[in-house]
Amino acid sequence: MTQLSVKHLLGIKDLTEHDIKLIFETADNFKTIINRPIKKVPSLRDITVANLFFENSTRTRVSFELAQKRLSADIVNFSSSSSSVSKGETLIDTVKNILSMKVDMVVMRHPSPGASIFLSKHIDATIINAGDGTHEHPTQALLDAYSIKESLGEVAGKKVVIVGDILHSRVALSNIYCLQKLGAEIMVCGPSTLIPKYIEQLGVKVEHNLRKALEWCDVANMLRIQMERQDIKYFPSLREYSMQYGLTLPMLESIGKDITIMHPGPINRGVEITSEVADSDYSIILNQVENGVAIRMACMFLLASNQNS
Amino acid sequence: MEEKLLYDHLKLNATLHRLAYELVENHGNFANTAIVGLQPRGIMPARIIRQMVEEIIGSKIKYGELDITFYRDDFRTAEKQLVANPIHIPFSTEGLKIILIDDVLFTGRSIRSAMDALLDFGRPAKVELCVLIDRKFNRENPIAPDYVGKSIDTRGHAQKVKVDWEENNYKVWLINA
Repeated sequence: MTQLSVKHLLGIKDLTEHDIKLIFETADNFKTIINRPIKKVPSLRDITVANLFFENSTRTRVSFELAQKRLSADIVNFSSSSSSVSKGETLIDTVKNILSMKVDMVVMRHPSPGASIFLSKHIDATIINAGDGTHEHPTQALLDAYSIKESLGEVAGKKVVIVGDILHSRVALSNIYCLQKLGAEIMVCGPSTLIPKYIEQLGVKVEHNLRKALEWCDVANMLRIQMERQDIKYFPSLREYSMQYGLTLPMLESIGKDITIMHPGPINRGVEITSEVADSDYSIILNQVENGVAIRMACMFLLASNQNS
Repeated sequence: MEEKLLYDHLKLNATLHRLAYELVENHGNFANTAIVGLQPRGIMPARIIRQMVEEIIGSKIKYGELDITFYRDDFRTAEKQLVANPIHIPFSTEGLKIILIDDVLFTGRSIRSAMDALLDFGRPAKVELCVLIDRKFNRENPIAPDYVGKSIDTRGHAQKVKVDWEENNYKVWLINA
């Protein structure tokens, strides 16, 4: 079997370990391609992709767009702020209108959890979830796992702690699924108000002390506090959060082991991570961004060749 | 499925040697020439021929391996998922003479894609094609090899040619599907 088991990339939950490894192998090849003088291949020249962003994004959007251009796909971009969504059009109507202009693939980010699953049941095009509310963000988890594999050689057996706003994070959930499928051990760390109830049922450890979590782990993935999704106060102040859960260089050095620091971005410097740490040799944050393009190229390439089968 | 042995190790090895000598005959000491094997099945004959050429001229030559998966024209219509292989071209092809090596030349589509792929590494001064087996009368593109190991007649897609690269036991099979 050398084929993806899915027609759409809606979440990591639906992928098999084999799918993830196939995506990684394909991404290896794309990584060589994006590092040579001519960075483009003609694979998707007959495919039109619509990037539908109903929520703000910098990295994911640029990364997807670059990946599409490197694969020679035609692209239409859409963002909800400048569209008829603000005039009251529904999601299905918006997408059906765009699809009637003959679009083969849709990359969608949406504030509602499950939006991409809903869409995949109603339209024919291949859907890639670029983040749906607090649910999943599959390409981010894939590029995170790929970056861990690249920097530590292996994902299986590694101990990964995810620190911060787990409750509102789609990155956390996708990362948990993805890393577990590849055989890593996961811990989540944060104030109890930001850790979802019953998260232990996913087979992850819970820790409320950042120092203890760091002593346990090989990799720390620092998440941002998602103020835009918090309609009540989950902690007294950002300053207090930062004192308890902000990662500083003195703390990291006092632990005395080589911990790989990751961040899905955007970084709130001085809140969850200080500039010193973000820019240090511990950090692989910019490698994550580079790998993002290769991973997204691999996902689109594999899904596009799966369309006719 | 019926298999017929076309060439055994002795003959095939002689053919590979002949190809290596032909290349040296035309390219001398390979100062401005590189050999590029086509992934996945062209790299075995390419590696063997490279080694033979290096033995004949007594020095190292430029050598690369090219994968054409992302350049294929049947990418979305192929029955099976195409799986990519590593590309390894450690030099710019700008101004070089390139000898593409593949095991079997059939429709010519792979070679067309390979020429597209090659352009992404620079503009070669010349591109030549060396194939171990040429399946005549089956071309779907106007492509002809410059160096041919063996030329055979086959019945289009109803037959397949398979080359085994077991160490010291190379064989060419004709398979009736």
